[in-house]
Amino acid sequence: MKGRSWVGDVLWYAGAIALALWVLAPIYLIGLLAFSPRMAVYRWPRPLLPLELSVETMRFFVTATGTLAATWNSIVVALFTMILSLILGAPAGYALARFFFPGREAVRMGILMTRMFPMAILSIPLAVTFIRMGLYDTPWAVALVHTAMALPFVILITASVFTAIPRDLEEAAMTLGCSPLSAFLRISLPLALPGLAAAALFTFVISWNEVFAAAILTLRQRTLPALVITVLNESPLYFRFAGGFFMVAPALVILLIIRRYLFHLWGVSGR
Amino acid sequence: MGNGKAPEWLLPLALLAPAALFLTFFIAIPSVQALQLAFHSSSGSGSLEPFRRMVSDTRFLPALRNTLILIALIIPIQLVLALTMALIAQSRRRGAGFFLYVYAIPLAISELAAGLVWLAIFTERGYLNVILHGLGWIQRPVIFLSYERPLGILLAVVVAEAWRATAIVMVTLVAGLQMILGEYWEAAEVFGANLIQKIRYVVLPLLRPSLQAALIIRTLFAFQTFAVVVALGGGVLPVLASEAYNWYVGAHNPHVAAAYALVILVLSAITTGLYLRLLRVRPEELGR
Repeated sequence: MKGRSWVGDVLWYAGAIALALWVLAPIYLIGLLAFSPRMAVYRWPRPLLPLELSVETMRFFVTATGTLAATWNSIVVALFTMILSLILGAPAGYALARFFFPGREAVRMGILMTRMFPMAILSIPLAVTFIRMGLYDTPWAVALVHTAMALPFVILITASVFTAIPRDLEEAAMTLGCSPLSAFLRISLPLALPGLAAAALFTFVISWNEVFAAAILTLRQRTLPALVITVLNESPLYFRFAGGFFMVAPALVILLIIRRYLFHLWGVSGR
Repeated sequence: MGNGKAPEWLLPLALLAPAALFLTFFIAIPSVQALQLAFHSSSGSGSLEPFRRMVSDTRFLPALRNTLILIALIIPIQLVLALTMALIAQSRRRGAGFFLYVYAIPLAISELAAGLVWLAIFTERGYLNVILHGLGWIQRPVIFLSYERPLGILLAVVVAEAWRATAIVMVTLVAGLQMILGEYWEAAEVFGANLIQKIRYVVLPLLRPSLQAALIIRTLFAFQTFAVVVALGGGVLPVLASEAYNWYVGAHNPHVAAAYALVILVLSAITTGLYLRLLRVRPEELGR
């Protein structure tokens, strides 16, 4: 059978492994630095294997002022952003994908337009508003701005997800006696779940990554990236690498936790 | 109508309203206020002074040029890499699920963290030099990230961004692929299409909605590339977003910062318009 030849297999595995190394090797290397003694950063030459493990560098970063509080703030902000974005965004995406109504294209363009305004400019007027509302320098303020930032993309991704699901299926279900709601819940929603999971993950990442608004909207309640970037230029190299690893580590944990869920979802129509 | 049901525009309106209200309050209104900032001088009167200060700044043109070069280099690399990864993960060979998981790992890595990860590789005593030395190609460390050669920093940023953000494109493509691909791919196989033909005539046309979303997302974010440039360049390589940040946080001048943001806005609007024209989803395709 075509595509089952051993040449195809060898090429596939060679490409797949090369790309996996491209993704994994940098993570290994920063992990290696993070768990080497502090002065290893300056040594030349240096082994590529973990011959000299130490928690000294990581302890230095974790016990540095503000690190743990900033980590907690980052998690709170990202979770709140993810939940709020999906609650607001998925219905809107569905509406754009499924219904023809006057002004639909204008709504679509309006959503895109709002996203084009850079974070720096949204953050400054909002900082003033949040001071008035007593929300300034709280995780909630950052999360609201992150939701505003993530929402257009959640809407567009969910719209494109629902667009790819045949409308005929829902109509067939309704012909067979389903209400529009149950047709949606039984037919479209399960097919859309992988895409919605992608949107949710993406939203978490947007918030976790965001440094601009977080740095402007907080003074003491820093998120992790806001904390690291404001001290970056005065920090020694080993502090930066430990910080880099500390921000990378959640990537591994998050994806490990949702791995089964992810693969189940990706397997739904992946056959 | 006439059958006692609510008018059919009511449901989409109700579905859209919460998001629309939220965006109006948290984006549209602050944006208008920000526009006012860019067209007022520090004294409060309407003026073009912020734009004059921005354009006469020696870092303005380099920032503009660097931002455009970064986008032109990063986006095509990300698309090709992401499509390759998505197709590999789509295979039914053993281990495809494992590779999908591995390729998705950078999803949760922040722009700042990615900059620091690649700093560990490109810095003077970083791992690239360690490896080159181990291969016997160099005796002393090569300086890649130098104040004299911003090109080195620029290429390092391209590598770091290709490494980090490709996963975001890939997940969008995989989500799109897996809903459309199976039988079309098999049909193409039955008719003897080769890999290039399958990608050209099956994958890319069917993936258009996902590609559209991924392209727009990545380009809008690339215009705001900031933390990775700071982490790798420490201010040597100006980009539009880092200049906006410096004018606001460093120089305490929100007016010039807003002017920079307007430049980003106009460039984003132009590219998004182009994408929508080139990749337009036609109404008859929406039911698919």
